[in-house]
Amino acid sequence: MTEILKVTGLCTHFFTRAGVVKAVDGVDISLNRGEVLGLVGESGSGKSITGFSIMNLIDAPGRMTGGRISFKGRDLSQLSETAWQDLRGNRIAMIFQDPMMTLNPVLRIDVQMIEAIQAHEKVSRTTARERARDTLGMVGIPAPDERLKAYPHQLSGGMRQRVAIAIAFLNKPDLIIADEPTTALDVTIQSQIIHEAQKLTRQTGTAMIWISHDLAVVAGIADQISVMYAGRIVEHGPTDYVIDNPRHPYTYGLLGSVPSANKRGARLFQIDGMAPNMLALPRGCAFGPRCDRAVDVCAAAPGMSQSCTQKFRCHNPVPEAVKVAK
Amino acid sequence: MTDTQIIAPVPAKAETPFAQFRAEFFESKIAVGALITLGIVVVLALLAPWITPQNPYDLAQVDVMDARLPPGEEAFSGYTMWLGSDGSGRDLFSAILYGLRISLAVGVASGVIALFIGTFVGLFAAYVGGRVETLIMRFVDLQLSFPASLVALMLVALLGKGVDKIILALVVSQWAYYARTVRATALVERHKEYVEAAICLGLSKARIMFRHILPNCLGPLIVVGTVQVASAISLEATLSFLGVGLPQTQPSLGVLIANGFEYMLSGRYWISVFPGLALLLTVVSINLVGDHLRDVLNPRMKK
Amino acid sequence: MTVFIIRRLMQALVVVFLMSIIVFFGVNVIGDPVAMLISPDADQAEMEAAIRRLGLDRPIHEQYFAFIKGAATGDFGRSFIFGEPALKLILSHMPATLELAFTALFLAVAIGIPLGLYAGLYPDSPISKGIMAGSILGFSLPTFWVGLMMIMLFAVHLQWLPATGRGDTGTFLWFETSLVTRDGLSHIMLPALNLALLKISLAIRLTRAGVREAMGQDYVKFARAKGLSPRRVILVHVMKNILIPVVTVMGLELGSLIGFSVVTETIFAWPGMGKLLIDAILQLDRPIVVAYLMIIVLFFVLINMIVDILYSILDPRVRLQEQGA
Ligand SMILES: Nc1ncnc2c1ncn2[C@@H]1O[C@H](COP(=O)(O)OP(=O)(O)O)[C@@H](O)[C@H]1O
Ligand SMILES: [Mg+2]
Repeated sequence: MTEILKVTGLCTHFFTRAGVVKAVDGVDISLNRGEVLGLVGESGSGKSITGFSIMNLIDAPGRMTGGRISFKGRDLSQLSETAWQDLRGNRIAMIFQDPMMTLNPVLRIDVQMIEAIQAHEKVSRTTARERARDTLGMVGIPAPDERLKAYPHQLSGGMRQRVAIAIAFLNKPDLIIADEPTTALDVTIQSQIIHEAQKLTRQTGTAMIWISHDLAVVAGIADQISVMYAGRIVEHGPTDYVIDNPRHPYTYGLLGSVPSANKRGARLFQIDGMAPNMLALPRGCAFGPRCDRAVDVCAAAPGMSQSCTQKFRCHNPVPEAVKVAK
Repeated sequence: MTDTQIIAPVPAKAETPFAQFRAEFFESKIAVGALITLGIVVVLALLAPWITPQNPYDLAQVDVMDARLPPGEEAFSGYTMWLGSDGSGRDLFSAILYGLRISLAVGVASGVIALFIGTFVGLFAAYVGGRVETLIMRFVDLQLSFPASLVALMLVALLGKGVDKIILALVVSQWAYYARTVRATALVERHKEYVEAAICLGLSKARIMFRHILPNCLGPLIVVGTVQVASAISLEATLSFLGVGLPQTQPSLGVLIANGFEYMLSGRYWISVFPGLALLLTVVSINLVGDHLRDVLNPRMKK
Repeated sequence: MTVFIIRRLMQALVVVFLMSIIVFFGVNVIGDPVAMLISPDADQAEMEAAIRRLGLDRPIHEQYFAFIKGAATGDFGRSFIFGEPALKLILSHMPATLELAFTALFLAVAIGIPLGLYAGLYPDSPISKGIMAGSILGFSLPTFWVGLMMIMLFAVHLQWLPATGRGDTGTFLWFETSLVTRDGLSHIMLPALNLALLKISLAIRLTRAGVREAMGQDYVKFARAKGLSPRRVILVHVMKNILIPVVTVMGLELGSLIGFSVVTETIFAWPGMGKLLIDAILQLDRPIVVAYLMIIVLFFVLINMIVDILYSILDPRVRLQEQGA
């Protein structure tokens, strides 16, 4: 297995008038070819910003203030803007959350697809168009020739997201960052899209970071799971281990709030309290104030602990024996 | 960005709304500078008869021998004409202050009358609702599709010259802006909880309109009002410059500028330029104040 | 689409009809129709003859229909001063005004949109702050005053450009225009710029606001994530989105440019219909005033209608709504 992406100590901060928002604060990611990493966390925990940082698409007042990103063994920190343009959409592609907003409303689908090909390859319009059509077919869009001539508003949300996925796959990238691609869609369409994306990554050997706030969605598609809270990874490990035996109380809580068939009737577990104010994070463990396992030592920030199976950032982890109520 | 929340600035401590408004207003140096300038202009205009070296419209005090003196020359009767004199020997400084009085009076008078009429119509439309409201607002929209300057020009073309006619033309060309503003605000307020609560309490509709909705229109009205007064002053000056506004007997700044126009090509710039600068200072400072008021009074515009 | 155009046409007709009532009653009720329509030099007998000839002794609604009938056939009476039909006089002055208004519109778009784009892309740069300060000035400075300053600076002081008149004209296609001769171009520079000033400010503001809004949109970020060059992102993805509304608004301003040209034409002695109007007002040449008012109303209504229709053709989003409706 070759390592495609290695992120160490990534920090991205926003310097706002009201103060510094440490949206991403020391995130590590490691991803192999063809692997799917699920990045989970509440809204506002810094998942999207992590994705944008890897694409080098952070705008003022934000800035990547620390860490290293290496992609296929190459350090990206010294890359020029033109080299970034070569990389984006070509080797690393991204899919956004809201399909209603990601396609340009005044450009036809074919224009938006062909430009994505021609930005990276010297091919004729006709060739590019054919490739665009074939890719639309691959993501399960019927009558792709007609869709090419349409404007975004003439397509449904699910169709638009398929188009966005097709655009991401156009140049057969090594890595796709999918930022909550199904959150805005109906449940039925959601599972179709997940299925489609999974099939494509298998076919093409593309690695993927699948961002979601829904642990259940991620569990179905990811090989590894990273759980994010207030800008940090609080738990990481292979999907099965994390799901079966979450060690961080936050993961435990997230898992408890997932309805599932075999615990029907049981009261849904809820994480108490509100998402933290990113401008004034609690001292010590950021999850402390909401945590029912909090102890005195939690006033100091916990480091990453390593068990045989997974890593977690907690002074008083959920014991290995305790299983989530089934 | 997909779902980032913009961090709102920490709200200021609980103060009276007015104190908060004042604090925010005085944050902008430009706006404060403009307000001070405007204050000086208004005071100068009000005090004109007492601080000018001559009454430019008292024939006994004007000497044709002084005509077209450049700035800084000494007049026949001894005092220095810092801004020069015009074609018939009037001290320009004095003429400008007297002209300011007329310009300001016409601008403010038409602004205030238009404000009252527009507010009344807007409130009335929101009050009666239904067909009548639609009809009124259609008319307002129709009028607003023509620029105010054109409406005013059309009116003076039909009405002729004179202070009353200019004011009438300005009022007719501007009332619709106020009506639209008031009605838009009233529409928003009408569906707020406190109004619905007031309706439940059985308060009369008129009372709700005047006691509850009108006060909420004040902010937008003040903003629109400042901008409209500035544009009324500028519009009057334009019409007077064209010769279709105020008559020579009511020499506003526009009239003064027009009188100096013929000397311009021969290099006697001051006769037009100084009244023009006075006009400029007035209009620009009102606009700057209005611009900042909009930022302060309209929460949506806040960064 | 056809339904939309027809509906829009009906609306336009209603507006013209309403305005004709307003102008007619403006002349006949607010003003004194005898003074307005009959030369002030006429003696008593002539006056009475004229009143009968003009039908002023008939009931008001009959008079209105006579007015409408005249207007529909282009008959607004004869100018007192020139003795020619008012409409003919106005039409003969119209090309000069249109030429000025279109040149100003072109300048506004050609100068305002790039400046607004810059200010929108780099909102914090000193140049952008300068541009925005300039646009505030452009909004607050009275046009006639800026015109005076332009004459003083460019014509009197620097002597670069002529201050008055239209200069030589040449023929282009069927038009007599000063845009095709050197002398004509040098004459139109100052007045066109003067007339354009307010609209340049408007274009700057609209473009800047549009760019700022578009830059924060997902579709722009997505375009960047596709690896497109900043050039393509801005020129295709951002500009295509904002050009349609900006150009539409600017198109709507054409009417106000024609109206405003009254001021500019007076300052620069431009022989257009605005100058004709002011002269007519000053000389109490009422038929010309009435004809001008009706024509300007017609212009406004026509321009609004054409821009509306063009907009609905250009913008795919509006186009769809119309289909759906
Ligand atoms: N432009 C910005 N200015 C200030 N703060 C920002 C900005 N963009 C994002 N943030 C902050 O970064 C944090 C992480 O955002 P994000 O990564 O979008 O969360 P999510 O996990 O929901 O994708 C949020 O708390 C948000 O407040
Ligand atoms: Mg997100």
